[in-house]
Amino acid sequence: MATTTDYSQAPINQQLTADDKIGLYRQLARIRRFEQATQKPYSQGKMGGFLHLYIGQESVAVGTISLCGAHDHVITAYRCHAHALSCGMNMNECMAELFGKATGCSKGKGGSMHFFAPDKNFWGGHGIVGGQTPLGLGLAFGEKYKGNKGACLCYMGDGAINQGAFHESLNIAELHNVPVVYIIENNGYSMGTSQKRSSAYKDTLAQRADAYDMAWDSVDGENIYEVRAKTQQALERAHNQSKPTVLEIFTYRYYGHSVADANHKKYRTPEEIEDYKKNHDPVLLWRAQVISEGLLTEEEAIAIDKEAKKEAAAAVKFAEESPFPTIDSIFEDVYWEVDNKTEAGNTGRHFFND
Amino acid sequence: MREIEYRDALNEAFDEELARDENVVLMGEEVAQYNGAYKVTKGLWDKWGDKRVMDMPISEAGFIGMGVGASMLGVRPVMELMFWSFHSVAFDQLVNNAANVRYMSGGLCNCPIVIRGPANGGTNVGATHSHTPEGLFAAFPGLKVVSPATAADAKGLMKSAIRDNDPVYVMESTLLYGVKGPVPDPNDGDFTIPLGVADIKREGSDVSLIAHGQSVLVALEAAEILQSEHGINAEVVDLRSIRPLDQDAIINSVKKTNRAVIVDESKPFCGVSSQLITLIQEYAFDDLDAPIKRVCSLDAPAIYSPALESEQLPTPAKVVKAVLSIS
Repeated sequence: MATTTDYSQAPINQQLTADDKIGLYRQLARIRRFEQATQKPYSQGKMGGFLHLYIGQESVAVGTISLCGAHDHVITAYRCHAHALSCGMNMNECMAELFGKATGCSKGKGGSMHFFAPDKNFWGGHGIVGGQTPLGLGLAFGEKYKGNKGACLCYMGDGAINQGAFHESLNIAELHNVPVVYIIENNGYSMGTSQKRSSAYKDTLAQRADAYDMAWDSVDGENIYEVRAKTQQALERAHNQSKPTVLEIFTYRYYGHSVADANHKKYRTPEEIEDYKKNHDPVLLWRAQVISEGLLTEEEAIAIDKEAKKEAAAAVKFAEESPFPTIDSIFEDVYWEVDNKTEAGNTGRHFFND
Repeated sequence: MREIEYRDALNEAFDEELARDENVVLMGEEVAQYNGAYKVTKGLWDKWGDKRVMDMPISEAGFIGMGVGASMLGVRPVMELMFWSFHSVAFDQLVNNAANVRYMSGGLCNCPIVIRGPANGGTNVGATHSHTPEGLFAAFPGLKVVSPATAADAKGLMKSAIRDNDPVYVMESTLLYGVKGPVPDPNDGDFTIPLGVADIKREGSDVSLIAHGQSVLVALEAAEILQSEHGINAEVVDLRSIRPLDQDAIINSVKKTNRAVIVDESKPFCGVSSQLITLIQEYAFDDLDAPIKRVCSLDAPAIYSPALESEQLPTPAKVVKAVLSIS
């Protein structure tokens, strides 16, 4: 998508220091390297289940979450690694979760689709398409209920917009002035079904917000300046007017829906994938941007990338060497009252094992 | 002691908890300006205003999920489902999110939420509005399910449910809303009933009738018939809470009477009764003098016909018959 406005001149981007911009590159590189480092252990069978990679989409999470303040929250679907790292979770706890280890962020109970860090305002990691959209509404509502000026960035894929729970959430958000920002990460495919084959729409998917008299915008996801500028407008609408927004951010994933998606070169052409990798890669584009602004040399960029790769390798080692959860831990984290050994937790039978 | 209706006992519980904790917020369809479809929340919007008592559109998945999300931040939503039968359109939020989010986050989240509403047959509203899903939801670890039979239990359990830090699903009954019972005066102190504690509603020595919710009243009526017409002294164990479950109360009663009949409005297949029978055979097998019997709803979707629906549900006569078959 052609960008006609120079979003680098937006006030929120004018505030970025050289270190901030280099920091954004570091985040992009870390996320890319983290996910690349998962592929070998996954193929070796050291991780279970699904592995939905975000590679190609990194600018969306990095750009949007870079705007979050103390009362802003993040919740997303199952393609959650980048959001987790962008919120400040460390690679070790994330990698160990993928390995199903006790040192994982969810103690090995969640897996790839269910990373959490409430202390960093990151609320998952949710496996059911669209199921997180009412939760995001609730997080935004909760912050408003407590009298704080906050918002929730609630992410979903383009396939999620056809779920009923999302439409119910849009209606309630506008009706009750809930400061939620719904971000459709449109990578063009809901699993193996292209946008045209899965959604009925006029011009864009975000346009559906019109039906709820809600603000919406379309965003070129490969341009971090644009991502930040337009997300900031939505956040200000949330913070200052307590109104919701739908943002549709155009992006692309290089790999399949999950690593197990064997058909991802059949429902789209190899040329299409190569074009994105070569001409629209968000990590390379931002790196070139920062270098062109004279804030970073090629050598420094390579060093940052090497550091990220090293950090990811160390995370794999950490995960490999970590212990698995114990059988007893299966019964922990089910009931708060039981875990905290309260009177309520000790009253009556909670578990029914023979 | 003063006697008030079950619905007013619930109303008192909400009013007291709204006053006690500013994080408590009532939400649901028609709960505010309309005063509640069954008038359970009558007067609370007038008293507490828009912030604390909120009307929601007919969007159970949307607003239940919103409550779950808000509860993760420490808000304590008390959410009405106009009928528990409407659980089916909010199932993903009720189960995948409310029940699982604590576990999937390794204990980093918890959901102090109450979801409540009537769950009963017997009002001739057909199969879509007559579900009794207490066994269904009790089958999901992470959830708690309570089902009060009396006005006092309704108030005491509701207050405990609101204070609980896990999701508690309270299954009430439209047939019980208008039933009066003794409830302690609020001036006499804070009245709560812990989850997971059964109540012996009638002491007896010959057979244990084990029930919850509306079925407790059926069991009590049957017990009177058994006493007056057959000289059988039945004990009525009111579970009050399905999960956590007061297993000791059940087993102790069966050990005393040596006979058990479960009265459970749920359908028989994998219902609450099935779980109770499993526990009794495991923990009181040697104390049983007869097979365990159960009286459930007849195993078909709820029939509309007013002439027949009452026959599909447990009745005192059926309970009496079941007891006589093992006496």
